[in-house]
Amino acid sequence: MSHSYTLKVNGQSHTVQVDDPKMPLLYALRNDLHLRGPHFGCGLGQCGACTVHVDGHPVRSCSVSVAKVAGQSITTLEGLGSPEHLHPIQQAFIDEQAAQCGYCINGMIMQTKALLDKNKHPSEQDIRQALALNLCRCGTHVRIIRAVQRAAAALV
Amino acid sequence: MTHEVLNRRVFLKTAGSLMVTFALLPDRVSVAADTPAASKSVATDAVEGFIQIHPDNSVTIYSGKVDLGTGVRTAITQIAAEELDIPLAQVTIVQGDTLTTPDQGLTWGSLSIQVGGMQIRQACATARAALISRAASKFSAPAQAIKTHEGRCWHEGASTSYAELIEAEGLVLKVDPKAPTKAPADYQVVGKSVARLDIPAKVTGQFEYMHDFRLPGMVHARVVRPTGVHAELLSVDDQAARKVPGFVATVREGNFLAVVARTEWGAIQASAAIKPVWSAWQGLPEQNRLWDYVRNTAISKSEDLQNAGDPATVLQQSAKKLRATYDFAIHTHGSLGPSCAVAEWKDGMVTCWTASQQVHLLRKQMAQMMKVPESQVRCIYIAGSGCYGRNGHEDAAADAVLIAKVVNQPVRVQWMRADEHGWDPKGPPFLLDFRGALDDQGHIAAWESQAYIPKRPAQASVTLLAADLALMPHEVAHPGNVHQGLAIPYQVPNLKTTAHYLSHTPFRASWIRAPGRMQNTFGSESFMDELAHAASADPMEFRLRHLIDPRGRECLERVAQLAHWQPRTGKAADSGDVVRGRGVSYIKYELVRTYVAVVADVEVNRRTGKIRVTHFYIAHDCGQIINPDGLKNQLEGNIIQTVSRTLLEEIKFNRSQVTTLDWVSYPILTFPEVPQVTMDLIDRPTEKPWGAGEPAASVVPSAIANGVYDALGVRLRSVPFTPHKVLEAMRTRT
Ligand code: FES
Ligand code: FES
Repeated sequence: MSHSYTLKVNGQSHTVQVDDPKMPLLYALRNDLHLRGPHFGCGLGQCGACTVHVDGHPVRSCSVSVAKVAGQSITTLEGLGSPEHLHPIQQAFIDEQAAQCGYCINGMIMQTKALLDKNKHPSEQDIRQALALNLCRCGTHVRIIRAVQRAAAALV
Repeated sequence: MTHEVLNRRVFLKTAGSLMVTFALLPDRVSVAADTPAASKSVATDAVEGFIQIHPDNSVTIYSGKVDLGTGVRTAITQIAAEELDIPLAQVTIVQGDTLTTPDQGLTWGSLSIQVGGMQIRQACATARAALISRAASKFSAPAQAIKTHEGRCWHEGASTSYAELIEAEGLVLKVDPKAPTKAPADYQVVGKSVARLDIPAKVTGQFEYMHDFRLPGMVHARVVRPTGVHAELLSVDDQAARKVPGFVATVREGNFLAVVARTEWGAIQASAAIKPVWSAWQGLPEQNRLWDYVRNTAISKSEDLQNAGDPATVLQQSAKKLRATYDFAIHTHGSLGPSCAVAEWKDGMVTCWTASQQVHLLRKQMAQMMKVPESQVRCIYIAGSGCYGRNGHEDAAADAVLIAKVVNQPVRVQWMRADEHGWDPKGPPFLLDFRGALDDQGHIAAWESQAYIPKRPAQASVTLLAADLALMPHEVAHPGNVHQGLAIPYQVPNLKTTAHYLSHTPFRASWIRAPGRMQNTFGSESFMDELAHAASADPMEFRLRHLIDPRGRECLERVAQLAHWQPRTGKAADSGDVVRGRGVSYIKYELVRTYVAVVADVEVNRRTGKIRVTHFYIAHDCGQIINPDGLKNQLEGNIIQTVSRTLLEEIKFNRSQVTTLDWVSYPILTFPEVPQVTMDLIDRPTEKPWGAGEPAASVVPSAIANGVYDALGVRLRSVPFTPHKVLEAMRTRT
């Protein structure tokens, strides 16, 4: 039996049909809404590659069901800004050239957004702690830290 | 583990046992073939193999080397734009498509610029020379009077575009190895930190990764792996799996098992619901006796990489001598995004979209596996999650090709995290023995090293997992050139470095960043330190004492300056729980290219045994630098990743299979533990550009070990340097 849910993503409402209400949000975003920002990294809540915001809070979309977040306001990396209208955090990541393969960068930016929403003047330690549960295998960490510092400076 | 090419009879027999169960299939949507001009040359000696100039004067570069997240796409675009004298924005790159790009070999060994980029540079130089000579006749002027600029040939204020110059006769010519390349002094684009072309799309969710690629009518597959590396599939009960909404098929071929569903989540659920019965295979060695196992594995061949003087006799007669054994754990590539691929069969021809670093080799392997001519296989590269070597990308591609053949629909295979950690080919275990002797003046009188490493078959390719499991034809797995890095760059009168190639290694092996170079250098550069301390010498000065190569000496001297190195001969003062130290390491990569010297600052907590690497200093000479910021990005990444491998990483296994199947059981370095990295890039614009990336990774473990010795006075000879090993080493005071 198929279930119908309304997902509010990046300011737009979408109706998705799913076979299983327990299906994680990530699959609806990627396969039904064709969004490329959130990535599948582990499906276990361990890496952060799938991070989106739900009602302004960072959430691992691999570990929350479609049913749970239906009706709530979901923001993905695409909703933050586009190449033509970059969000200052995205601009900072470009300015610092803070990506190698870039697979983790969705999570890094979404987690940074959550940090800077709460803490306008994060210290380097604050940044390291805020991103402690976001994994990057390429070793882009030092650039990501610089990008977050640059974004923080740009946003005040 | 042995792999053999199965003969045709076996293949046909097993193919006959193929089991496929289908649910109702949705109507097949046919996909328009994306076939570019079939006539395009892919010859590596033809200019048109690499370059196409279009009527609008834009240029497409066809590169067999691919950007694995390393910035190679940008760097190669710079090289081509520079050599053709055309604006960067007018150049696009097609990477790794067996139908359109020349076979430039695997994207490995930090050779993309050094080899791949230089082939493209030469093709562009040939093209430019031809364009100049055509312009010369058009303007009735001598070639020397023609200037190239912004995609046009100029003569005294008049100009003609490249597109106009090739309109009549195209650009059909052989690459001329002697065609003059631009003088580095004239460079406009090469040597500049051009911003990476891919990053804007990557930070906005616009970039198309392999994982994002979709075909109409595509179904989703999940693989179901055995419970033991070589367990046999005895039976399958897929009743529960069939009840999953959208279930399409169970695919079974030998010991290869997969489920297919209309939706990705359906495939995941079906893979959890299916009930296979596997034989109880227990052929792995006991992990806590791994090094005995390696030492007792039959040697199939031994090779002396260096052999001078008579080290055995000198070692026997010398008064001051040392011996040490080092080991280096089994590692996974640990790509952040598990491997993924899409395949589609159409009219007997298969197209596979893959993040493979080796599309041409993959095509060959797939053709062998599926028993079709290579001409019926096309592999197209789409960037995936960083892979750092031969990870699971190729295996996912083979899975997709096999499943798509069976279900006769386009199939997307996405590995789960446990598939990646459990089944990507592994960096094999390394065991290294060293003996050394010092003379009265504190010089190394004799050096002998022996590495116990997997054998290297003739063909550098790693068995496709699907072919192995499905009992289809495949080759013997190759671990990469794991002997490299054992030969040392120092002046030693009596010297013997020997690789013992073992007949078996516990897991399917492949190359992971700096294969062999990292592990062998861990041994050599740690042992170098041990000898320095035995000679009561400063380890930096001790290396210089044995080094005559001026570029190598400069690298060491510059890192000493960068790090404000002070001679260190004694142990650091003992006070408090946390002690600090610093270690040096050096390499001339494969003894023929890139020079790297590093200093690692470390802190060790003597109570907990935990090591923190606080700072890495690196001096790096790879000759001509194409893109300084791109280079820095690579060096930072290689250092940080290798700090992770050195401190934390080790595949754990029971007698049947890998047990570290996620990021909790196989942790990697996280933000709070990441060191600062400071570098001194030595640019030599008039020299050849050599590889960068791996050379920096290869010196990291030894630099950390040497730093720990400096801090603590104990020697860590086993990677990873876990707190347990640190405390154990302190207890036994090695
Ligand atoms: S994919 Fe969601 S945390 Fe890893
Ligand atoms: S940039 Fe590749 S995983 Fe972070």
